[in-house]
Amino acid sequence: MPKHRALRASLCLAALALCAQAAAETVTVVTSFPKELTAAYKKAFEAKFPNDKLEILNKNTAAGIAFVREQPVGSRPEVFWASAPDAFEVLSSSKLLQKADAANPAVPAKIGSYPINDPEGMYYGQALAGYGIMWNTRYLAANKLPEPREWADLAKPEYHGHVAISSPSRSGTTHLTVETILQGEGWQKGWAQILAITGNCAAITERSFGVPDGVANGQYGIGLVIDFFGLAARNSGMPVEFVYPSVTAIVPANIALVAGSKAPEAGKRFIQFALSDEGQQLLLDKQISRLPVLPATYAKAPAGYPNPFTGKIQAKVNFDSNLSESRYFVVLALFDQMVTFRHKELAAATKAIHDAQRRLGGKPSRELDEARRLVLTPPIDEKQASDKTLETTFKADKKDAEASRRRAQVEEEWGTRAKANYAKAIELANAAK
Amino acid sequence: MNTAAAPAAPVHAPSGAWLVALPVALFIAVLLLWPVATVLYAALADGHGGLTFAHVEAFFSLSIMREAFGNSLAVSFGAVVLAALIAVPLAYLTVRFEFRGAAIVQTLGVLPLVMPPFVGAVAMQLLFGRNGSVNLLLNDAFGFRIPFMEGLYGVIFVEGLHYFPFILLNLVAAMRNVDSAMEEAAQNLGCHGFRLFRRVVFPLALPGFVAGASLVFVKVFDDLGTPLVLNVTNMLAPQAYLRITSVGVEDPIGYVIAALMVVASIAALALAARITRGRDFATLTRGGGATRRRRLAGWRAVAAYAWVLLVLALVLSPHLGILLLSVSRVWSFSVLPEGFTLAHYGVVLTDSAGMIGNTLLYCSLAALIDVALGVAIAWLVLRTSLPGRRWLDWGASAALAIPGIVLAIGYLRAFRGMELPFGWGAFTASWVAIMLAYSVRRLPYAVRACVAALEQVHASLEEAAQSLGASRWRTVRRVVVPLMAGGILAGFVTSFITAAVELSATILLVTRESQAPLSYGIYLYNQSIATRGPAAALGVIAVVIVALGTFASHRLLERRSNVEAANP
Repeated sequence: MPKHRALRASLCLAALALCAQAAAETVTVVTSFPKELTAAYKKAFEAKFPNDKLEILNKNTAAGIAFVREQPVGSRPEVFWASAPDAFEVLSSSKLLQKADAANPAVPAKIGSYPINDPEGMYYGQALAGYGIMWNTRYLAANKLPEPREWADLAKPEYHGHVAISSPSRSGTTHLTVETILQGEGWQKGWAQILAITGNCAAITERSFGVPDGVANGQYGIGLVIDFFGLAARNSGMPVEFVYPSVTAIVPANIALVAGSKAPEAGKRFIQFALSDEGQQLLLDKQISRLPVLPATYAKAPAGYPNPFTGKIQAKVNFDSNLSESRYFVVLALFDQMVTFRHKELAAATKAIHDAQRRLGGKPSRELDEARRLVLTPPIDEKQASDKTLETTFKADKKDAEASRRRAQVEEEWGTRAKANYAKAIELANAAK
Repeated sequence: MNTAAAPAAPVHAPSGAWLVALPVALFIAVLLLWPVATVLYAALADGHGGLTFAHVEAFFSLSIMREAFGNSLAVSFGAVVLAALIAVPLAYLTVRFEFRGAAIVQTLGVLPLVMPPFVGAVAMQLLFGRNGSVNLLLNDAFGFRIPFMEGLYGVIFVEGLHYFPFILLNLVAAMRNVDSAMEEAAQNLGCHGFRLFRRVVFPLALPGFVAGASLVFVKVFDDLGTPLVLNVTNMLAPQAYLRITSVGVEDPIGYVIAALMVVASIAALALAARITRGRDFATLTRGGGATRRRRLAGWRAVAAYAWVLLVLALVLSPHLGILLLSVSRVWSFSVLPEGFTLAHYGVVLTDSAGMIGNTLLYCSLAALIDVALGVAIAWLVLRTSLPGRRWLDWGASAALAIPGIVLAIGYLRAFRGMELPFGWGAFTASWVAIMLAYSVRRLPYAVRACVAALEQVHASLEEAAQSLGASRWRTVRRVVVPLMAGGILAGFVTSFITAAVELSATILLVTRESQAPLSYGIYLYNQSIATRGPAAALGVIAVVIVALGTFASHRLLERRSNVEAANP
């Protein structure tokens, strides 16, 4: 068979390269982290442990989970390393993680009220991440826009068409941002703020990376991003700035040992390395710019490096992950129906309201108030959002035809309502006197 | 040139032919037909051995999937329209008029081979984005912007610019074959200008246009890299990729998407064949050198040159952009980058030299397999009377209609759990799968090149060798293969360079970074702001590798035709 012939030929060609590696132990790491970060850890780890080899499998978080799940026991990767805490919950509850006993005792138990390490010891916080606002200084200067400080600033009329955010159903990062605002401001006020900001957006991007990418190259003025995107871009010389607004949450990015891997001992070595002072210092690299979980490491940070342990970043929100999880699908569906799928209409309604406000010059107007109410009110209140029947409808197995029909019906209702409201709001705002 | 095909192909005893045909057939069946069949079956299987349309229904009941399907069709049509708008005037101007620089314009034909759209897409954002160079200048001077790169428009714009040469090349070839007497007759009857083009020239050259347009459609429909790099995921190829990677290889929707992509590709090619069939395009004599080129004068000449210059600028912009980005320190919200550096090349060469090596290894092996199979198929088709030998040719060519992502999904499913010998681990997690996928996808190019080469070798040379006592194997080795060498090399190079920049199949089959080829590296580096520069640098390196290969194959072909011209 030519396939075998080809195999044999290729075997011969690559045999030399392989012989050299045969003796080493390989740590395979599944991660969603970018190349510059993994390259730094690979270099440092292999220098410290010359007998170990670090193999990176770069996958987005969901693909990483699927990959680990589909590998047979014994040939699974050693380490899982990603941002989203819920991914580790999924892995842990599927019995795909094992205790590494690799915790660094110098890492504090909590950041704010959020535990850094998994209380059950299945995964460890390896870096901290907060959410904030990133902007392109040249873009703002060219458009004569002031620098934003708070989420609420982004709802102002002058920012219309200059902001970008990604859809939370496509990006775990954005979901955490949205949930942080909802928890920090309360359900009604939070949605009003989210809808006002997204009404000002130039785009709802398909991927979370689309936002920092677009801000860094000047396609958008301002973006809602996770801190290291903003800090790393700034520190590598891009004309961008980043702030933490006062309503933000600091949550850990995690690392864990996968159960049923080939070389668990070597995997453990890598986790210990990543949590050690040496491994933590790599986070300070200007292209990486993540927040270490080890307070002592900040002593080596350059001046002006944000330190969440000194209270400089005020995380006013005590993020409640149980609440977040219980209404996860409902929040995603609400956002998609009101914002992602109706963004053109929402932006038009927001613009009509801004125009009317300018025309009226601060004069009170019943029409304008009504238009605002129509645009900024979510179709359900907080109690309904956490309602058990709604939750089960949205969480049900996709194969459950009855549940998926009901779900489609609810979503359709929200979407139609949003569309009608936006159209009515434009009418009212244009007629406002 | 000796193009006369052997009128009476020597009939070999079937036994030898069978020995050659069997492995070739096995290769095509195992590595192309079976994986694609498993994909189609998975899209229709009900899980109990029966068939069902339930998954297809489920697909169309998801609004995101309906949207993705519509978007993919819209983007492919849009790209065809844009490519036609660029290519048709270029072809008409350079073939029918005295036009300085016609050679340069027609050389543009190799550009999409040199650089696939996903490599240049990031640079295109910086040049044509909302606040890219062009829009910053427009906004400063006239106070408006053109939304080249907004969402789906960006994909259409980038793909159209990259793939128009497929239409250009086919149309130029077709126009050259149109009898100029037709045009002269029309002119004598008072038909001029645009009417002449619309009523006479274009209809006669339609087969070339349709062939090119269908290729553009298929290429765009299949392309995964460009939408991903431009952050567009609501199209079929990105959706298939996301479903299969995040939901897993059991997800039926992923297979429905893949099956739909196959159907759409085949439909586009079949439609093209249908449009050109059943109509008589033949003219009595071939145009060729006999065409009297008309002269452009006055405003027409100015307009024509202006148009061509504009198109040239557009076409070269991704290449220029990627080069600029690869040496720029900072490029943001400005017309040109500020500060230049070679550091990105340093990063790439220290961190990713392995990827360059991988590309060279995989692509040369794939191309070797391709020419070996190509020679075998050419020999079987032209020199034996093996029943069903044409099927091998058709089977190999069928790879043209199979999107790369579908083939990769097929591998992941068909070969799941298959272990390689010598403890090399799972087949689908090894680079062997990547290399074999490359060789299957590029097989049609090698087969065409080899068949063309063997057609030019007269069978009497082989008969002479055999009558002098050479065995059949010796004849092939000492006479046929050396005479085909030029064509074989051309096939090797074409397979090699097009595989070097293949991303659709690569991205699904790469599991470990140490096994990743260059094309995957470009994609990976593009996933972070800090490594945009290295991504561009890697792109430039890929372009250089491919350009060298293209140049080499041109030289080889030239030398061959010179040799043949010298010894007719």
